[in-house]
Amino acid sequence: MFHYTIRRLLYAVPTLLLISLILFLLLDLAPGDPTAQLPLTIPPDVKQRIRESLGLGEPIHIRYLLWLQQFFINESLHLVSELTGWDLSGDRQRVISWQTRSPVVDIVVQRLPQTLWVVGLSYVVGIAIALPIGIISAYRQYSWFDQAGTFVSMVGFSVPTFFTGVLLIVIFSVNLGWLPSIYDTTHVVTDWKSFLFQIRQLLMPVFVLALYNAAQISRFMRASMLDNLNLDYVRTARSKGMTERVVILVHVLRNSMIPVVTVIALGVPSVFGGAIITEQIFKVNGLGQLLIIAIEANDIPMVQTLAFIFAILIVLFNLIADILYGILDPRIRYD
Amino acid sequence: MKPFNPLSGALFAGAIALAASAQADRGSDGHVSIIYWQAPSILNPYLSGGTKDLESSSLVIEPLGRHDAKGNLVPWLAESVPTVANGGVSEDLTSITWKLREGLVWSDGSPVTSEDVVFSAQYCMHPEGGCAQLSNFDNIESVEAVDDLTVKITFDVPKPYPYAVFVGAQSPVIQKAQFEECLGPRAPECTEQNFNPIGTGPFRVVEFRPNDVITMEANPNYRDPGKPAFATLTFKGGGDAAAAGRAVLETGEFDYAWNLQLAPDVLQNMQQAGKGTVVSAFGTLVERLMVNLTDPSPDLGDERSTRKHPHPFLTDPAVRQALSMAVDRDLLVEIGYGQAGRPTCNVVPAPEIYASAANDGCLVQDIDAANKLLDDAGWVPGSDGVREKDGVRLSILYQTSTNAVRQDFQALIKQWWSEIGVETELRNISASVFFGSDPGSPDTFQKFYADIEMYANNFEGADPEAYLGNWKCSNDPRPDTQWQGSNMPRFCSEEYDAMLAEMAKTGDIDERARLGKAMNDMLMQEFVMIPLVHRGRVSAHANTLGGVQLNTWDSELWNAADWHRTE
Repeated sequence: MFHYTIRRLLYAVPTLLLISLILFLLLDLAPGDPTAQLPLTIPPDVKQRIRESLGLGEPIHIRYLLWLQQFFINESLHLVSELTGWDLSGDRQRVISWQTRSPVVDIVVQRLPQTLWVVGLSYVVGIAIALPIGIISAYRQYSWFDQAGTFVSMVGFSVPTFFTGVLLIVIFSVNLGWLPSIYDTTHVVTDWKSFLFQIRQLLMPVFVLALYNAAQISRFMRASMLDNLNLDYVRTARSKGMTERVVILVHVLRNSMIPVVTVIALGVPSVFGGAIITEQIFKVNGLGQLLIIAIEANDIPMVQTLAFIFAILIVLFNLIADILYGILDPRIRYD
Repeated sequence: MKPFNPLSGALFAGAIALAASAQADRGSDGHVSIIYWQAPSILNPYLSGGTKDLESSSLVIEPLGRHDAKGNLVPWLAESVPTVANGGVSEDLTSITWKLREGLVWSDGSPVTSEDVVFSAQYCMHPEGGCAQLSNFDNIESVEAVDDLTVKITFDVPKPYPYAVFVGAQSPVIQKAQFEECLGPRAPECTEQNFNPIGTGPFRVVEFRPNDVITMEANPNYRDPGKPAFATLTFKGGGDAAAAGRAVLETGEFDYAWNLQLAPDVLQNMQQAGKGTVVSAFGTLVERLMVNLTDPSPDLGDERSTRKHPHPFLTDPAVRQALSMAVDRDLLVEIGYGQAGRPTCNVVPAPEIYASAANDGCLVQDIDAANKLLDDAGWVPGSDGVREKDGVRLSILYQTSTNAVRQDFQALIKQWWSEIGVETELRNISASVFFGSDPGSPDTFQKFYADIEMYANNFEGADPEAYLGNWKCSNDPRPDTQWQGSNMPRFCSEEYDAMLAEMAKTGDIDERARLGKAMNDMLMQEFVMIPLVHRGRVSAHANTLGGVQLNTWDSELWNAADWHRTE
């Protein structure tokens, strides 16, 4: 298992390099101009100077190698310096956003808390709702609970978040005035009162996203449980006189979790990717909003870095899912 | 959202008692919150031309002079506006001398001197800095400090309108001590400085989160001891115009929302909630059709849309005029802009002294007259109803950027043109490509590989000279200029260029107005541009926020120092 993990990690290096090259080429070859958003009152020759000051005058391979150096060497050195307090990075140029002229990684770090709060929490809440619903729905297939669960998950899955989000805002912020429609990213939890406010501002975005996540995962859980419930080992367990509780929660659930765990693990990178639409609706301004603004502004260093960080997470969580497989199912051994 | 504090309550009561005897104290009105649906990325206008960045930074850093809500030039950090009459501008129009107010200090307490002004010019004029406001510093020979408070700017040509430099939010004075190490190529690396500029404005930055939110507090060293009325300020960015409007007009979470480009009925419904007021004002922004006088046919290869090949039918003035006559501008305004628009027949619709009344005939749609005009010019309808002459069909490719209102306009205009026998094919292009100036892309508005294109443009400040210069003969985008240039119609007239040259030598404001109007009329009567809608700015403020004066000639937040809480 250990060797397998090491081998997979080593394979990841060329994979990620290739991904970074493809990302860079895609972004570079796509039409677009970082000065396109500037007002038309700024004359074209000034725009040309701005583009040159952003380094766009250099040939493409130079820019790619420069990005590799900035991202892998300079940013890592900077990170070590930050953690240890030694000055290793010195004057090295970090990856700089074209919009803000500040280091991309600093902004990403600044955005992480709100994204983890909102998107991460909604993922956890979604899973917590989905698993029991999936289990009961499968065990009591075609009961009223199953029908209701199916209905809710169909609604959650097919109604887009830009609809549910705005609907909730109109009801709870505009008409009732109970909840804020705009997320305050500067809010700090210091006491009970500020904690309650944090809960109030989290409520709507978390609910909207949790509904969507729960809908997906509960369907997986239900299907996987149904596959297992009719198998021979379940009949054996029952005939040995085990209680239904033990049969379902120990035997069937553990086996049914294998595909569900994979789905959950593979969904984790998307938590870090943020939720572009939900973040925009509630003005959470997390990583998703950062990405979409950078795309609109043609801020290539920002888009490239964000997309690459997502790529790293996806590769990493694929590996974690594979390892979890081995832990859950003793028959699976990689070495 | 802050817990109630009995002490602040007592202070507040005290403040009310004081207000009865004297003017309100600085910070006595608590907190104000502003929402811009585009989030500010940086607080240094020299490194970004974006409106969101200019306007947010205008709370912190300020220019020597600016335009008030009526478009008049008023002194800001300067004592007075220099003119030829008061001796501030030299007789030969080649220099301007600004004098700073006495006793000005930066928010860190150090004095503002003429050295800071000189430095601000050096900062932007550095050849490797990529300064976004460089065009405001055109033709400057030198900027020198005469004494501690006096700055003399010398131009290498006579500048009849010397107020582009250090006037308005786009060219503020920055602190030399803070930015000294940030010249030229080092400018983008100064993250700390660019995010937290030290200024003279009513507020100073506490925390700047790029593309998200800015927290500010009252500048303790602001020149007016009674201002600003607000102790703290939140400047939130992000979302969309509808959400920003909702936050001010319907939920009351925010006090001020910028630029609410929403359908007129949506805005009206929001206002009915009774929490806020919609305000609008008109600057110089005009939504217009550009007519391509050159042939965009793909068969011409590299010579597409260049002067080498005149357009097969748009070179006929009758066709251009008919296209304009067929448009119902009132309906366009009603559908697209409501309170935020009015029909116009001028490309320079304001300020008042420059607004011409000579072209107002276009305000009335006249399909019959347009048909007659085309009949008389020999364009006869073919079997499919499309007019043609000598084998040339009136078939137009009409492009614009992707935007709901623009696509509505395209559909309406296509319908009207079909009524005069003109066939129209519509196309829309993503704004970041259309307005991008990537010379490799065939879809930019400069390349203009279409017959008609539509967008909006305006000019900074209140003087149209540079703007009218867009349509100088030599200013056409073409391959040897990397398709740079703003003369989209590829218009060329010696008479026009002569008037432009004359304006560049004229200092007298009435004479400038006469020339400006004449040039506008020439462009309009040649129908090389077809103006549609004079677009205003629509913003909203909470009913409890007083002192808002919507200014389209400068930053909307220009008088934030005077904002206060009513009731």
